[in-house]
Amino acid sequence: MAVDKTIVAKIARLARINVPDERLEPLAAELNGILNWIAELDELKTDHVAPLASVTDHALPMRDDVVTDGNCLDDILSNVPESASGFFVVPKVVE
Amino acid sequence: MSDLLDLNAVEARKALIKKSISAVELTTAYLGAAEATAGLNNYVNLTAEHALSMAAESDKRINEGAPGLLEGLPIGVKDLFCTKGVTSTACSNILRGFVPPYESTVTSNLWNAGGVMLGKLNCDEFAMGSGNETSVYGPAINPWQGSDKVDLVPGGSSGGSASAVAARSALMATGTDTGGSIRQPAAFCGVVGLKPTYGRCSRWGIVAFASSLDQAGPFTRNVADNALMMSAMASYDLKDSTSTKIPLQDLMGALDRGVKGLKIGVPREYVMDGMDNEVVNLWEQGQAWLREAGAELVDVSLPHTKYALPAYYIIAPAEASSNLARYDGVRYGTRVDADTLDGMYEATRAAGFGDEVQRRIMIGTYVLSAGYYDAYYLKAQKVRRLIKDDFDTVYQTVDAILTPATPSAAFPVGRKIDDPVTNFLNDVFTVPANLAGLPGIVVPGGLTSNGLPLGLQVLGRPFDEAGLYRVAAVLEDAAGFTFKAARIAGGGS
Repeated sequence: MAVDKTIVAKIARLARINVPDERLEPLAAELNGILNWIAELDELKTDHVAPLASVTDHALPMRDDVVTDGNCLDDILSNVPESASGFFVVPKVVE
Repeated sequence: MSDLLDLNAVEARKALIKKSISAVELTTAYLGAAEATAGLNNYVNLTAEHALSMAAESDKRINEGAPGLLEGLPIGVKDLFCTKGVTSTACSNILRGFVPPYESTVTSNLWNAGGVMLGKLNCDEFAMGSGNETSVYGPAINPWQGSDKVDLVPGGSSGGSASAVAARSALMATGTDTGGSIRQPAAFCGVVGLKPTYGRCSRWGIVAFASSLDQAGPFTRNVADNALMMSAMASYDLKDSTSTKIPLQDLMGALDRGVKGLKIGVPREYVMDGMDNEVVNLWEQGQAWLREAGAELVDVSLPHTKYALPAYYIIAPAEASSNLARYDGVRYGTRVDADTLDGMYEATRAAGFGDEVQRRIMIGTYVLSAGYYDAYYLKAQKVRRLIKDDFDTVYQTVDAILTPATPSAAFPVGRKIDDPVTNFLNDVFTVPANLAGLPGIVVPGGLTSNGLPLGLQVLGRPFDEAGLYRVAAVLEDAAGFTFKAARIAGGGS
């Protein structure tokens, strides 16, 4: 399951990371190195093993359905790169 | 000044309460130590004024006869923890200048217990690394040196934390451990580091790397100090849904209980090609120490050990790619402008993340993508189950497990490596505990012939941190590790 330049470009696009063309080839080599090593897992038969997503045994706790936080616009905007009238500003997305 | 730095945390606490020293004096000594060892680059932000005002408050509480558990003790904080009003960057360009309007639960607990924050400590970018070399602030340096005097890495990702405690520029420090990021640097720097059971310390307010593996823990000079700090760090937290309600044991009370009658497993799979002989010798020495102290050593098997590392390098990047999706240049952190929204995301993330972080996000994105999810991510989750089952089986017969901490001692800063997998191998003995959610502690055991520290690791049953401290205290006692690093404050060069 080797990755090539095209696949790396697709992954970069999915990950929203701008990767310059000249980096695609070296990145493909690095990722293949890691993926080939990971392929060691194929030795193991796991057909009847249930996947484990978390080691936490307890059920997700339920919280009271009440407001515990809020009214902190200044805190939320305190690190914003660009804001206007209490909103986050991004490049235009709707014509 | 060096007299104050000689006190460990338990001793300093006694001296503070007796008022033979003041918290302001102690904090001043540590701030001086941090400046004197600035060349180690283990602090990324020394908050001297803040520290002195916290110390003054501590002195007030001591005078009022109401000291907290960590009253007046100077603590360094890994830059992965959000600290209110103090820049918190995960040592990444993408969070440069980020000042959280909130405090992480773990650090809140420390300050509520009277701890004094000295500043923020260097680490690998987003905790991704094993040498503290991926930090945007440059590498932290290990205060230990071999006979060739070459600069060595302190380990990673919590390299600044281990370096500062070893160099005596912090009495204690916080770290986080996703695949060994507390235990491996503790081993490299000759200090004590604990990764608690998953769920023991709240993850709230800690910059997330791989949420099902991340766990915060303490770095200290010795085992008793570690139990003291851990007693204050852990808490049940409504804000972390994986936080446990199982009560914390009496950790300080566990220290002198000894290991008589305990069964300690020695896993035959914890060896690898190219492992230093000195590491094997120390491991055997550790077994002998425990046997002499009355423990029964039992040969055990954890057959899936060698699959832990490849499984980890699917699961951790997968979770990271999802967690790091939030860094988009919109709400906080670095932004690189572009004409379109997607263009802005792509430019921001390319400029904000370093090479290692980008590589792991890409791996994570790939293994979660349509067509590959079953082959990689689901497969890794199944292997994770097998690894946890291995431990569950062994813990039916033994109380704890003794292993080497790392396959080698600290390596030189800037070591050139073509294959990223070589760096991953540092974590071969530490990663299984993260996948299984188990607690693990590293204690310095001895020095290599080149004069560098090596550590022993004890793994325990879930939520049995007290059991770990029992074994660790016996190992510490037997090892009698009193060596000091070459570049420490108040001594050395």
